[in-house]
Order: sequence, then structure tokens, then C-alpha cells
Amino acid sequence: MNVILRNIHKFYGPVHANRGISVTFREGTIHGILGENGAGKSTLMKILAGYTPRSDGQILINGAPVDYSSPGEALKYGIGMLYQDPLDFPALTAIESFTIGLPETPICLPSKHFVKLFEELTRRFHFSIRPEIPVEYLTVGERQQLEIMRLVAAGAQFIILDEPTTGISIRQKEILFDALRQLASSGRTIVLVSHKLEDVVNLCSEVYILRQGKCVGHVAAPFSKAELLEYMFGQIPPPVSRCILEKGATVLWMDRVSASWKKTTMIRCSFRVRQGEIVGVAGLEGSGQETFLRVAAGIATPHEGDLYLDREKVTGRKRSYFKNRGIYFVPNDRLAEGLFPDLSLMDHYAIAFGGSSWLIPWKTIEELARERMETFSIKGQVVSKAAGLSGGNQQRLLLSLLPANPRLLLLEDPTRGLDVESATWIWKYLQNLAQKGTAIVFSSRDLDEVFAVSHRITAFFEGRIALDAEVNTTTVDEVQKTIAGLFRE
Amino acid sequence: MDMSWGLFLGMIIASAAPLVVAGIGETLTERAGVINLSLDGTILLGAMVGFATSYATNSTFAGVLAAGASGTLVAAILGLLCLKWSAPQVAVGFVLTLLCRDLAYFLGNPFARIRGPQLTTISVPFLSDIDFLGTALFNHNILTYLSIVLIPLAWMHLYLTRSGLILRAAGENPEACRARGYMVMRIRFVYLILGGFLAGVAGAMFSLGIKPGWGRPQGAEGMGWIVLALVIFGGWNPVRVSAGAYVFASLQAMSNIVQNIWIGIPAQLLQVAPFPLMILTLVLINTSEKSYQPQSLTRFLALLKARPPAALGKDFSES
Amino acid sequence: MDRVRTILTVVAISTLTTCGALLIVGTNPVDVFSAFFKGTFSSWRHFAHVINVWIPLVICSCGLLFTFSLGLWNIGVEGQIMLGAVGTAWVMRHLADMTNPTVTLGIAFLMACLLGAIWATLSGILKIKSNVHEIFSGLGLNFVAQALVLWLIFGPWKRPGVASMSGTRPFPAAVWFPVPEGWRFSPIALVAALLVMGITAWIFISTRWGLLIRAVGNNSRAAEVHGISINGNFLLAMAVAGFLAGMTGYYQAVFVYHRLIPAISSNYGYLSLLVVMLAQYRWTPVPFIALLFAMLHVGSIQLPLTLNLDSSLGGVIQGILVLTTLGVVHFRRNS
Repeated sequence: MNVILRNIHKFYGPVHANRGISVTFREGTIHGILGENGAGKSTLMKILAGYTPRSDGQILINGAPVDYSSPGEALKYGIGMLYQDPLDFPALTAIESFTIGLPETPICLPSKHFVKLFEELTRRFHFSIRPEIPVEYLTVGERQQLEIMRLVAAGAQFIILDEPTTGISIRQKEILFDALRQLASSGRTIVLVSHKLEDVVNLCSEVYILRQGKCVGHVAAPFSKAELLEYMFGQIPPPVSRCILEKGATVLWMDRVSASWKKTTMIRCSFRVRQGEIVGVAGLEGSGQETFLRVAAGIATPHEGDLYLDREKVTGRKRSYFKNRGIYFVPNDRLAEGLFPDLSLMDHYAIAFGGSSWLIPWKTIEELARERMETFSIKGQVVSKAAGLSGGNQQRLLLSLLPANPRLLLLEDPTRGLDVESATWIWKYLQNLAQKGTAIVFSSRDLDEVFAVSHRITAFFEGRIALDAEVNTTTVDEVQKTIAGLFRE
Repeated sequence: MDMSWGLFLGMIIASAAPLVVAGIGETLTERAGVINLSLDGTILLGAMVGFATSYATNSTFAGVLAAGASGTLVAAILGLLCLKWSAPQVAVGFVLTLLCRDLAYFLGNPFARIRGPQLTTISVPFLSDIDFLGTALFNHNILTYLSIVLIPLAWMHLYLTRSGLILRAAGENPEACRARGYMVMRIRFVYLILGGFLAGVAGAMFSLGIKPGWGRPQGAEGMGWIVLALVIFGGWNPVRVSAGAYVFASLQAMSNIVQNIWIGIPAQLLQVAPFPLMILTLVLINTSEKSYQPQSLTRFLALLKARPPAALGKDFSES
Repeated sequence: MDRVRTILTVVAISTLTTCGALLIVGTNPVDVFSAFFKGTFSSWRHFAHVINVWIPLVICSCGLLFTFSLGLWNIGVEGQIMLGAVGTAWVMRHLADMTNPTVTLGIAFLMACLLGAIWATLSGILKIKSNVHEIFSGLGLNFVAQALVLWLIFGPWKRPGVASMSGTRPFPAAVWFPVPEGWRFSPIALVAALLVMGITAWIFISTRWGLLIRAVGNNSRAAEVHGISINGNFLLAMAVAGFLAGMTGYYQAVFVYHRLIPAISSNYGYLSLLVVMLAQYRWTPVPFIALLFAMLHVGSIQLPLTLNLDSSLGGVIQGILVLTTLGVVHFRRNS
């Protein structure tokens, strides 16, 4: 079936995630949607799958405008989606997870008819899942296969796959791609959402490229990788210039560390940072840099390898030990991980600067709070809650909670969601700290930012440090290829 | 001797019956992902409403229905506050527990310490004449028979029917359930109400059956908490939950006998046995397969193995 | 302004519901309210009784403020009160004849607080070591504590002759706390309760720990980033809550009943949970809500005699108040 999205807009509060996207998907074709993290791919697909309501725009199926408000209704129109985290039921068996939501399920289970259908589909796609196995024993790849079978059985004519190749083996990727080609040749429309260039190039015959909530390109096979990369990353003027590096002693040394945090992992990473050095960490979402920063901060614990602070082994120490040694962390999700939403600004300053005395010197803290808020130009009252601040003010609040001379500062997307002026201000401040000897390690989605301020660049791909180079020995092009999984050719 | 063992077994089945009924109701509710902590109050309210209505209408049938309705109402309040307005389930459940208990005492005051109708014992013809099983199994009131029938029914519903599958799905991953086109809130509401109804009926089984009449205390106090413990101990499986209820009833019955033989044996220890077992089950849920355990112990612990519905007690708003 | 509107809505809904319940049983609500007033304010004796309930409620509620600040549901507070009373009775049994009364009372106090704290810490350990929700461990421990009390009363500590629900033999008269003529409570206990309230307020206003537990309760992930110990604070808050619950048990045993009885906690643990929930987990309204609850509690004692109503009416009103508050607050938040 043919689907047209016309002028789709999506607002999440003040964030404009989709800014008038128009695309056309044709029957029997495998389409690619390419773009960086935060380009608006997932939002657009969730709108198409009925999972998220759109703010504005139109969806046409075979020329007729349609309206639906839930994934169930979308599936009735034949649109099904395979989510990044498979939406299935770990505690149930494969056949049960397969059955839930299929039309015409008999009242009594298990149904012989459904088992037969299940086995037929596994044969057809060359999958090897036994119906009675619990879903929790399946690999991510097998859970995707299960979902594809379910969508086909539910009569989906239009199948969306959101980053399906993350976390599956090469063999499983081949099986998946074969199945998708088979589906397309039987007349179904396939949309593959990915930030991995290689996958898109191998599988798709048409690609739409999104950047910053807009559709910036539409290319048909054969593809030129250089052209796609340029569409993906674009050119943005660099915000600030690099500061001069005076290399000092090694502050932090990681020796072949493996660890995991939430769903991201890092595998045998070795890394070293010196006083006064600014290291930019590049990598697509989920590539391991999230874990990396948290291991360095003492929040995630390595299950392999060791960590040294000023030559002292600190593997397995608590976060408070790291903090007392001058290691500070500024996470990207400010309200979820950095601030206390319902506490006042003054409370925050008391936590950060109250020291270890039993009593809080509220008078001193209040003076200090006013002074800091003035210096960091935070707009708000000392008694207002952190949740009430704007994003830029929240970030400045987080920075204002740091002491004057941290030993090592770890920042995650420090300028995310900020306007150019705020971003420039923040970098001026951080560079000033570096000049005074603070080591800074930051991750960013914005490669231009990474190149503009870093002395050294570290790039992550699938949990490993795939590149670690002085800034003048590498190029934007090389880093882009590295994080997209295309190594030096 | 044979006769008395039959009677003894029959007594256990009868006194476990309300626990089975309420336990199965709560199992279904929790399987859908909602925790109805108000059980203790709901059962007591059901006991009062059941007795008072039977007394006023002289019909135990009306009494049982009214008791079920009162349980439904309590569950509906919990549903309104927690499912619709996202209030924390434990907070609301806890307040409702205390409120329903006091409400039962308050509204039931005029009916305290008076004789009223009771559920009649129905002996199944021929079957009740069988030597041992007859007295044990076929000499009960209608609701006790119902409690026995309910066990396989609930099990079959959960594991062998489409709606049972969807019910488990709603408690495991509401997000995925919604993606497949189901109204999670509606499913949860239905099973919350059903569980509330059964808890109310269980109350009537006390006041019209095993602990006839109304008063303060009625005798059903604390039973709701026992049921909540049994649901965990039984691993959210209706058969195991019911088995737990029978074990508990046997312990209680035995504690009476034991007390007659050796005076001073702490009967209270047997009465609270479900709670340490509940805590042990919860500890096992979170430590299973991690630590070393000696072989024989492992085998016993495997009996207690359980896993709660993944989304139990968590708020889920659809949008 | 929002808070005032919430309070007014809650009061209006609760009053209407209560009147509805009264009309169902055929009683004139005006009679009931005047009976409440008479039962609490008509004489010094009545009001003294209210204070006698207010003291344990405030002490116990203060403990719960700490656990609730961390987001912990310390439902095991009932058992902690009972353990406090058990500790008191144990010291009274074994030491009352050996040392002078003041020393005995002091040791009993420490013992009560210690046992309460240990009982609470058990829940805390189960939570941080095995991830058992504190509601279930707390409930379980409540029943174990209740069984312990019953066993002691009917077993080793039974009255000479017959064991009965009326409890153990009273403590020796020498260790009864002196109460002024015509009073029903000890002014020293009142001062102690005010002191507990004051220290609690002071902890929340001026100390670092008060701020840190609020921080952990508000966002535990951020607390970790800022290097605040989460498990340590869980245990400490549970221990403090148990300490104060133990103190409540001590009050019940020493000042109210002068012995161990099966219902030694008088359900004040559960009632305190309601007090703190109605206070929306803030310390400021706690003494006033505790006073209201104590008045409802005492006022309803007379109801069976004067109006032939069950004394649980007080509990009904308390429950309706808290339930309505939960409803109104979350309805607001959701719309």
C-alpha cells in the first residue's frame, strides 16, 4: 500500500521534534529513514504507527486521508511497527506473545491453528523459534523475528522497523534482511529507520534523510555514501574556538574496562585524560559513551578492568569517594538525574556547598546562592523549585553547583537544547576551568561542537572505543564514518 | 475414627473457602497489574453487608449479592483514584482498608450480636454417603462448593483462554498490550472489580457461614492480610494460592488440637506462619539463581519460586 | 491559594459524605457533632484524655515523617510500637524490684526505643539487601510482633492463675509515672512529645540530614550523582522511625496501661500513617492533624452510650478525610 505523510508537525512541550515533514512510501519498496539521534526519525514513525498523536499534518493511505489514535487502530489499516525495544512479554511463551492481539483468536487456547500458522511463518522466513519457549530466553534478534511474524499474521501491509540492527549478530542481520526483502517482494511496504549508513545502503532502494526535525534529502539507489553523510550532518558554524592546551599529569586512567549501565555497555575500553585537557566523546546514542562517563564518575561499576585516579586504584569505590576526589558529573537528562525537581535552588546549593557539618548555615548559603545565580545569570528566585526553571537555566544551575576547581569534569551533552548564546557562554566557562587545570571529558551529538573545542577526540561504536586521536590528526569525515560503523577504508 | 478425619478435612475445606475465593480474586487483580491492598477492610465490609442484608431480606442469596456489590464499590473507588487519576495504589488501598473496617463496624452496629440467617448445608445425595470423602467433600454450603469449583475455573481462565492471556499481558507489559490494540485501563478495571466482588463475597462467607453473625470483632479481622500474603506465597497462581489457603486452614485447625494436648504451645506462631513465608518468598524472588544454596534446600525453595507480574502496582496512563 | 482550595474541597466533600453515612443509620448529624464537642471540650477530664491520645500520635507521626520523606512506606510501624512495649514490659518484669524506679524507667525507655529501631531496621535491611518492598516486610513483621505479644501474655508472662486478654500483671506501682491529681496524662510526657515535634521540625529546617533525605526521596538518581548515600539513609530513617515508634510503645505501656495488653498499640501506628498522609508528608500540619484525629478518637468513645452509635465513627471520618484528600490532590494533578 502507498502511504503519504503530508506536512507532519510534532511538539513535545516547547520542543519542536518534527517541523513539517512530507514523505511518500510506495508499495513493494524498502525505504530507509536516515538521520542522527534527535533528528526526529522515531517521533515520525511513532506518529505513523499511531503510538503518538501528531500536532499537525495529514496521513493518506492509498490517497485517502485517515485518522487513528492508537497502535491498534493503525494495525487495522495495515500499519505495524517493530519498536527499538521489542514490545513483547518476557514472562510468556513465544506462541503466547505471538497470539496476543491477533484478530480471530479463538476463545480457548492453545490453538492448534495458531501453532500451525506460527510454524508456517518460521519456515517461510527461515527463522528457528520454537513456539513453547519463553520469550525471555530469546535473543533480541529472535524477539524481532517473533514480532515480524506477528505483524505479518496480523495482516500488516506496511511494516516499520526502528533501529532493528542494534544489538543483533551479523548472521541474524542477514536473516532479518532476507525476510524483509521477501516481504517487500510480496507487495508489502517496508520502512527501515536507522542511523547506520551501511544497513541502509545494503537494504533500501530509497532513502529519506532527516535533520533537526526536517526532511532534508530524498535519494534513490545507487547511493553515494559521501552524499548521505553530508545530508545527515550538514554544516553548522562552530560555536567557539579551541583553547590552548598545557598538558599536565594524568588524572584518570581506565585500563581495559568493561561495564554496563541501563541498556548500554562498554567493552574493554582503555582511556587516559590529563590535567587541562578537553576530550570530546563522539558516538551515536547507545554506543557506550553513556556507560563510559558514568564509570569515570563512579556511578557504574566495572565488571572487568581497573580504574586509576592519580595512579591510585579506585575500582569499585563508591560515588562519594570519587566526588571527594574532585570528580564531578553533569548528566544530560537534567531533571531525571542531575537535579531535585521539587527542591528549591537554595536547597541545591546547600547540598553542594553545605560541607559535612551537621547544621546548614542557611545565611551563608543564601548569600552564596544569590552570588552564584548572579554569576551564572540564572533567572529565578532562591526559593523557586528546580523543576520550574527553563532548560538553559537548569544547565547553568548544574554548572553553578560545581566547585571552583574540580579535578575532572564529566559532561554529557552539555549544550543540548540550548540556544547559541547560552552554549557559547557555557563553553567559555568550561574552557576557563580547563585553563586552570581541570580535565574535561564531554560527550556530544554535535560533531562540530566536538571538533571546535576538543584537544582530543574519542569515538565510540558498539561499546568499543573505535577511534582515539588528537584533534589535528583526524577529520570530521573520519569520525562520522567511525561512529556510523564504517571504519577507515 | 474414619468419620472424624472426614469431618476434620471437611472443616479445613470450609474454613479455607473464603480465603480461596478472596485469594483467587486478588490473584486475578494483581495479574492484571493492580494491587488492591484494601482486602482486609473489603472482606469485613462484605461480612457486615452480607449479614445485614440477609437479616433484612431474610434471603442469604440477596446477602451474598449485596456483599459482592459492596466489594465492587470499594474496588471501583480504588480504580477511579488509581487508574483514572494515577493516585498511588498502596496509599489508596491502605486508607480504604482502615476506612472499610471502621465503616463496617459503624454501619453494622444495629446488627451486632443478633441471630440471623445462615447459608444452609447442602448434602449431595449419594456422594455424601461415601465413607471418608463424603463427609469431607460433599457436606458444605453452596459457597464452599463454589470455592472449590472456582480454583480450576480461574486456572483455566488464566492459562487456557484468550481473555486470560490478555489479562496476563496487561500485567506484564501494558505498553506492549496497548501497542497491540487493547485498552489496558479497561482490562485492569474489569479485573479489579471482579477481585473486589469476590472479596466481598468472601466476607459474606464468614458472616453467613464459618463465623456466623456480626459483631465487633467479627472474627474475620486480619484475614485480608493473610490473603495478600497467600497471593505472594502462591506465586500469583490460583492453584498454588488455594493450596496455600488449605495449608493455612490446616495449620489453624491443628493449632486448636495441639493446644488441647500440650497447653502452652504457642498457637499464635502457627497463625502467623503465612507472613514469614511471604517474606521468604519475596526474598527468593529477588535473590534466586544468584547465590549458592545447598541442594536439599534448593529443592524446597523451588516450590516457593515465583515471579510477580512485571508491571504490578505501576501506574500506566494511556496517551 | 491552591492549598486553601484543596482544603476547602476536602472538608466540603468529607462533611457531606459523613452526613450521608449518619443519615443512613438514621442519626441527626448535628447531634453527633455536638456529642463530639461535648466528648472532647466539655471538661478538663475529657480534654486531658484527648492530650493522652495526642502525645503518642505526635511522637509516632514524627518518626513516619522521616521515612515518608525518603518515599518509604513504613507500614511496619505497628509492630515497632508493640516491640517498644514488649521491651518496656521486659525491663519492668526483670528490673523493677532490683533498682530504683527512676533507673528502671530510664532503662525501659532505652530498651523500648532500641527494640523499635531494630524491628524497623529489619524491614530496611530486607529492602536494601533483597529488594523486598517495605510494605510486605512491614506487614509481616507486624503480625509476627502481634503473635509475640499474645504469646508472652498467654505464655511466659501470663498472670498468676489465668491468662486473659486483659494482659499481663500490672507493673509495680512504684514505676507508675506520677500524674497530677485529676490529670490523665503526665505533663512530662507532654513536654517530651513537644520536644520530639520540635526536634523533628529542627531536623527538617536546619540540619543537613533533613535536607539529604528530602533530596533522596525526591530523586534518588540525582542523589547518587551528588554522592549522597541512598541505602545508608534508608536504614537511618527506618531506625529513627522505629526509635520513635518504640517510644510510642513505651508511652502506651508505662503511662496508659501500666502493663502489656494484646492491643497495646491501640492502632496508633496505622492512625499515624493517616495523619502524615493527610499532612501531605510535611511536618507543619502534623500537630494540628494529630489533635483533630485525637479529638475524633476520644469524641467517639462516648457515642455508644449517648447516641447508641458504634465508636468507629471517628475512624470513618478520619478515613474519609484522607481518602478525599488523595482523590482531590490527584484529580487536580491529572487535569
